[in-house]
Amino acid sequence: MRVFTAVIAIAAGALVLGGYFLPALAPVQTLLLNWATILAGVAVLVGIFNLVSVHSDKIRRHEKGNAYSALLLMALIVTFLFAMILRPDHIIMKIALSGIIIPVEAALMGLLTISLLYAAIRLLRRRAELMSIVFLITAALLILGSATLPFGNIPVIGTFIRPWITQVLALGGARGILIGVALGALTTGLRVLFGADRPYGGN
Amino acid sequence: MNELIVILVSAFLLFAITLWKRKSPANLREIPALTRLYRTLGLSIEDGTRLHVSLGNGSLLDARGGSALAGLALLRHIAERTSVSDKPSVASAGDPTLGLLTQDTLQAGYQAAGVQELYVPTSGRVTGLSPFGYAAGAMSILQNENISANIIIGHFGPEAGLLIEASDRENMVLIGASDELSGQAVLFANTQDALIGEELFAAGAYLGAGASHIASLTLQDILRWFLILALLGGAAAKLIGVI
Repeated sequence: MRVFTAVIAIAAGALVLGGYFLPALAPVQTLLLNWATILAGVAVLVGIFNLVSVHSDKIRRHEKGNAYSALLLMALIVTFLFAMILRPDHIIMKIALSGIIIPVEAALMGLLTISLLYAAIRLLRRRAELMSIVFLITAALLILGSATLPFGNIPVIGTFIRPWITQVLALGGARGILIGVALGALTTGLRVLFGADRPYGGN
Repeated sequence: MNELIVILVSAFLLFAITLWKRKSPANLREIPALTRLYRTLGLSIEDGTRLHVSLGNGSLLDARGGSALAGLALLRHIAERTSVSDKPSVASAGDPTLGLLTQDTLQAGYQAAGVQELYVPTSGRVTGLSPFGYAAGAMSILQNENISANIIIGHFGPEAGLLIEASDRENMVLIGASDELSGQAVLFANTQDALIGEELFAAGAYLGAGASHIASLTLQDILRWFLILALLGGAAAKLIGVI
């Protein structure tokens, strides 16, 4: 069975990759990608089932935080029922999205701002080294250079240092990091294509 | 067609180097975060505490799949090593397809360790479908399930800060790597030893996941040197007016 799954996965991967270079394989590639999209849609349902089973278990076992699990399940069921009855594009469903989900995520973003500020303050205590100092000075210069003040930009910092850091130093560094990530992704993909890594049930 | 040549040459080199690395031992430079990860794995088994592997919300159907696959490779190794622990590892994902593979990978780890009967399907979880929804769901695991170490590896943006904050509150060991620049910046500012850039893809090799992982590191180095030479050559050619 493991060999069978590996053969299917490697063949599918090779056909999809081949479709980018050989026009004859393009229809097969499109077909396989369409299947993958359908399976990804089904995976959402499986994911929701997984979420429900994890939180049901927590409630049944009276685990720590089970009240939140109950709240989550209630919200899930109510939203699902309303969406089934009213359809997802109904005004009430849109209000649920814009009035609950988006503000909650915005609140988490706000919380994140505070925790990142706190992390920056603690950085030197956590790791007193040259790169931490460079990191903090750069962050401070960029914040000062981006600040909107009554008299406009801060001279030199806002007009020269910030653009130079973001468009020369940071851009070069970012490209270097992204090239490294791309090389890593390439070799990881090749390992999966060869069947050396099998994240689909093989040993 | 250039891309095809790069892929074919890389595939050939990966195959050849894997065969070579099976015979000769690897000599890897020290990466403090991965050394700590190795030690943390052993400690969690001895202490009977749980590890949490956060795989992020990288979908396998787009360019973020590379980091997700690297995370799964690491999870496979962690699952195999910690499957006999009193508190086996849990993993969370923010993408449904990644969630499915998380469960499959955990099960494969248990199988490899010969304790398939101990595998619990709910140890691999989908905690949310948006970045912040995922982080909020994973925070609940960190706070409620006796976790001693949180391993953040995959596609993470700024929402990684929320996971870090939750880990700090519970005094956990934290190891983090992301393929996203904003996530890397957050991890650098918040963790003891951050993994930057391609170091995310090195975790398997450092944990002894096999010759193919070490070979892929060597291949990355070879390709990087080619790129450096190409960039320097291009700059020199531009300087003297050839191109």
